[in-house]
Amino acid sequence: MPDKVKTKMIRVHIMGKEHLVPEGLTIMKAMEYAGYRFIRGAGCRAGFCGACGTVYRLKGDYKLYFELACQSAAIDGMSLTQLPFVPANKATYTVRLIKETGNPILKFYPEVARCVSCNTCTKACPQQLEVMDYIQAALKNDIEKAAKLSFDCIQCGLCAIRCPAEIAQYHVGQLARRVYGKFVKKSNQLNKRLNETNKGKFNSELDELMKMDKAAIKQKYTERDLESLAKKK
Amino acid sequence: MEIINGYPDYMRESINEVVKTRQARLKKTFTPMTMDERKQVLDKFHPDYKAEGKRSLAIGPNKGKVTLSEVADLLEAHPIISPKDINLSQIDYDVDVLIIGGGGAGTVAALWASNNGTPVDKILIVTKLRHGDSNSMMAQGGIQAADRPQDSPVKHYLDTYGGGHFSNKPELVRRLVTEAPSIIRWHVTRGVLYDRDENGDFMELSGGGTSRDRLHAAKDYTGMEILRCLRDVSRNRKIPVLEFTSVVELLTDGDRVTGAVLYNMENEQYSIIRARATILATGGFGRLHVQNFATTNHYGATADGLVLAYHVGATLRDMDTAQYHPTGAAYPEQLVGLLITEKVRGMGAQPLNIDGKTFVFPLEPRDVEAAAFIRECYGRKKGMVTSTGMSGIWLDSPMIEILRGEGAIEKNLGAMHRMFQRFGIDMRKDPVLVFPTLHYQNGGVEIDVEALTSVEGLFAGGEVEGGVHGKNRLMGNSLLDYNVFGRAAGISASEYAKKTKPGKLSLKHLEKYEKSLKDAGIKTKRRAPILLPEYRGKEALSRSIDIDKVVYA
Ligand SMILES: Cc1cc2nc3c(=O)[nH]c(=O)nc-3n(C[C@H](O)[C@H](O)[C@H](O)COP(=O)(O)OP(=O)(O)OC[C@H]3O[C@@H](n4cnc5c(N)ncnc54)[C@H](O)[C@@H]3O)c2cc1C
Ligand code: SF4
Ligand code: SF4
Ligand code: FES
Repeated sequence: MPDKVKTKMIRVHIMGKEHLVPEGLTIMKAMEYAGYRFIRGAGCRAGFCGACGTVYRLKGDYKLYFELACQSAAIDGMSLTQLPFVPANKATYTVRLIKETGNPILKFYPEVARCVSCNTCTKACPQQLEVMDYIQAALKNDIEKAAKLSFDCIQCGLCAIRCPAEIAQYHVGQLARRVYGKFVKKSNQLNKRLNETNKGKFNSELDELMKMDKAAIKQKYTERDLESLAKKK
Repeated sequence: MEIINGYPDYMRESINEVVKTRQARLKKTFTPMTMDERKQVLDKFHPDYKAEGKRSLAIGPNKGKVTLSEVADLLEAHPIISPKDINLSQIDYDVDVLIIGGGGAGTVAALWASNNGTPVDKILIVTKLRHGDSNSMMAQGGIQAADRPQDSPVKHYLDTYGGGHFSNKPELVRRLVTEAPSIIRWHVTRGVLYDRDENGDFMELSGGGTSRDRLHAAKDYTGMEILRCLRDVSRNRKIPVLEFTSVVELLTDGDRVTGAVLYNMENEQYSIIRARATILATGGFGRLHVQNFATTNHYGATADGLVLAYHVGATLRDMDTAQYHPTGAAYPEQLVGLLITEKVRGMGAQPLNIDGKTFVFPLEPRDVEAAAFIRECYGRKKGMVTSTGMSGIWLDSPMIEILRGEGAIEKNLGAMHRMFQRFGIDMRKDPVLVFPTLHYQNGGVEIDVEALTSVEGLFAGGEVEGGVHGKNRLMGNSLLDYNVFGRAAGISASEYAKKTKPGKLSLKHLEKYEKSLKDAGIKTKRRAPILLPEYRGKEALSRSIDIDKVVYA
C-alpha cells in the first residue's frame, strides 16, 4: 500500500480572481472548493450533458484551451471562465415530412454554406470531434457521414461560439442524425415481435407467471438458462 | 512516485499480475452464485443490509416502514416554505398538465400528453437545471426490450422479477416488458440511432441478471442519444419548458393535487401554477450520497420528488434499498464515483483482484456483484489500494479488444475511452480500477399500472416512482421504465385533465405535516426539498468512505 501523499495547493484564476485549491481536483470541483455554488455550469458532472464548457489560458502561453469543467483537472496558473450558455437558434422541423430529395440541412440551416473550412470548431471541441468535417459533410448532403461524425456531440456549444461563419454546429448535427434515422434499415425481428405482442401471444404465459406463488416462481427463476454463459462453453 | 501511462508504479505491479493471468482467463468464466451464496454475500457485505443505515419513519403514510436514513432525514424535515409567506391568490401559470422534471420521464410524458390531445400551450415542463440535464442523459449501457426470437417478454418478466428479489409489483413489471418493443419502435421512428447489424436488427448484449442478450445500445451514449432526440421532438412541437425552476411544494384542494409552488433558482422568486393534473418526473436521489458513497447521478438528483409527494400524503415503497453500481471509477481521483458502464463487462471484461485473479461471475445482478466487490476489497483485503486510500477492483478492459477485435472499445465505448484518456489512461491497453458507487433509487412513490399515485391528481413516471423494480433494478430497465411509465403518466394525466375542472389551491397539508412532526417529537433544523447538494469548500473533496466502520463492521 502506498503512503498517503500530502496534497499540494495550486493557484487558479477564476474570472480573474486568484484562488488557492488542492491539486488533483477537476475544474468544477476546484471552483466549488473556492466557494462557487453552481446553478448554471453544472449538469451531469460526468461529461455527458455539455453544461460546463470552460475556456482557459495557461501562464506564459498564448493559446486558448477548451474543456469540460467536470472532465479536466485544474492546472496551476490557469486563468479560466465558464461559458455555460450559447445563444443559438434551433430550426423547427418535422422529420417525418422531410423529403429525400434536396439537402434538408441547407434548407433549415442555410448558413452551413458559409463555412470557410477554418477548422476552428474542431480545435474548440472538448470531445475532439471532427466538427469541420461533419459540417462539410452536411454541406455536401452526406447525411450519413454528418450523423456518424457528430454522434458523440454533447451539445456544449463551444464550437458555435468560435465559428466565424456563425454556424450552430451542434444543431446541424442533431438534424443530420434524425434525418439519417429515416434511412436506416428496419429490424424484421422487432416488427415480428410487435405483431406477436399485438396479437397477445404472450398473455397466457404472463398470466400464469403472475398467478404463481413465490416458491414456484423462485424455482422457475433459478432454472433459467443464461445466454451469456452458453456462449462461453 | 513514477507515473507510467496514467498509473503510478505501485499500481503497475498489480497490473502486471493482471496481464499474466489474461490468456488463461479468456476462455474461462467464474461460476455464477447459487441463491444461497448470493444471500450470504448480500447479508454481510451489501450496504443496504446494514441495519445502522436505516430507520423506521416516524410520520406519514409510511410511518413505521424502514427507510434509508438519508431519505428519512428529508421526510422528517420542515418544508422550505411556510404557508403564510406564499400568496396563492395570484396564479402565474394555468395549465392542464404540469410536468415536474425535464429529464427522460418528463419529456416522454409531455410528448404523450400532447399526442393524447392536450394542447401544447396547456402543458408545462418545469425543471431544475436545463431541459435534459438529468440522469437520463447519462445512461451509457442500454435499454432492454425482448425482441429477438430466442427471447420473449416472458423471459424479460422473470429476469426483472427475480432481479428485484420478487418484491416488484407484478402488474407494473408486466406493463414494462410487454410495451418494451413498442418503445424501441417509437424511438427509431423518431430517429434514435441504435447500434444495428447489417440486417437492420439490433446488436444486443446481456446485462447483469438478464438471461438473454436484450440491451439495445447507441454506442455508450445510449441515454444521451435517446433524450437529445426526444427533446428535439419536444422542441419542434414547442412544448413549453421553464428551466432553472424547481417545484418546492405541491398545492392541493385538501384531497387532490391542484398545482404547485415554483422557485426560480436564478432570481430566487416564487410563482404559482394551477394544474388540473400533475406528473412527478423528478428522478432519483444519488446526490444524497447514501452512506457517504460517491455517486454516478447528475447534479440535481436530490430526492425532491419523494419529499413533495410525501408532503401531500402519497405512499412510498421499497425505500429501504439503494442501488450501488458495482463499477464506479476508483482511479484517478478526478473520476471517482463516475460510472463505468456495465457494458464493459457485457462485452467481456472480467473483474479481478490485486493478484489478477477472478473471484466473481462478471454479470451477477448488480447488488450481488457490488457486494462481492466490497467483500473482495474489505472482507478478503484483496483490493488494489490507491494513494487516497480508495480500494478497488480491476476491470480487465483489454480483454474486449482481444475478444471482439481491435477497435471494439473505440467503436462501442467511446465515452469511457475518452473519459480515461483525458487522464492519460488507455483502457484498450490497461485495465481500469473500479469500486461500487451510488447509482439508482430502486423504490419511490408508489404507482398503479396507469401511473397514478395514491393521491388524486398526482401521477408519476421514471426513477421517482416505486414498484417497477422492487428492491433491485436490472440494468437497462430504467430507461425502459421512464419511457413506459412516462408515457403512461402523460396519457393518464391528459385523460384526467380532460375530465376535471381546475381545483382550489391551498398549502393546508403543510400545517398538517408540521403538526405530525411536532406530535412525533421531531426537533430538527433540517428543511426539504434540498434542490441542490452542498459542495462548497471542503465538501468539494471526494468522500473517503470509511468502509470498515460505515459500510461493513
Ligand atoms: C450514469 C448513469 C448511467 C445509467 N445507465 C443506465 C443504462 O445504461 N440503462 C438504464 O436503463 N438506465 C441507466 N441509468 C438509469 C437511468 O438513466 C435513470 O434511472 C432514468 O433515466 C431516470 O429518468 P427520469 O426521467 O426518471 O429522471 P431524470 O432523467 O434524472 O430526470 C429528472 C429531472 O427532474 C429534475 N428535477 C429534480 N427535482 C426537481 C424539482 N424539485 N423541480 C423541478 N425539476 C426537478 C432533474 O433535474 C432532472 O432534470 C443510468 C443512470 C446514471 C446516472
Ligand atoms: S461538436 Fe460542438 S457542441 Fe458538440 S461537443 Fe464538440 S464543441 Fe461541443
Ligand atoms: S468554425 Fe465554422 S467556418 Fe470554421 S470550419 Fe468550423 S463550421 Fe466552418
Ligand atoms: S457537467 Fe455535464 S458535461 Fe460537464
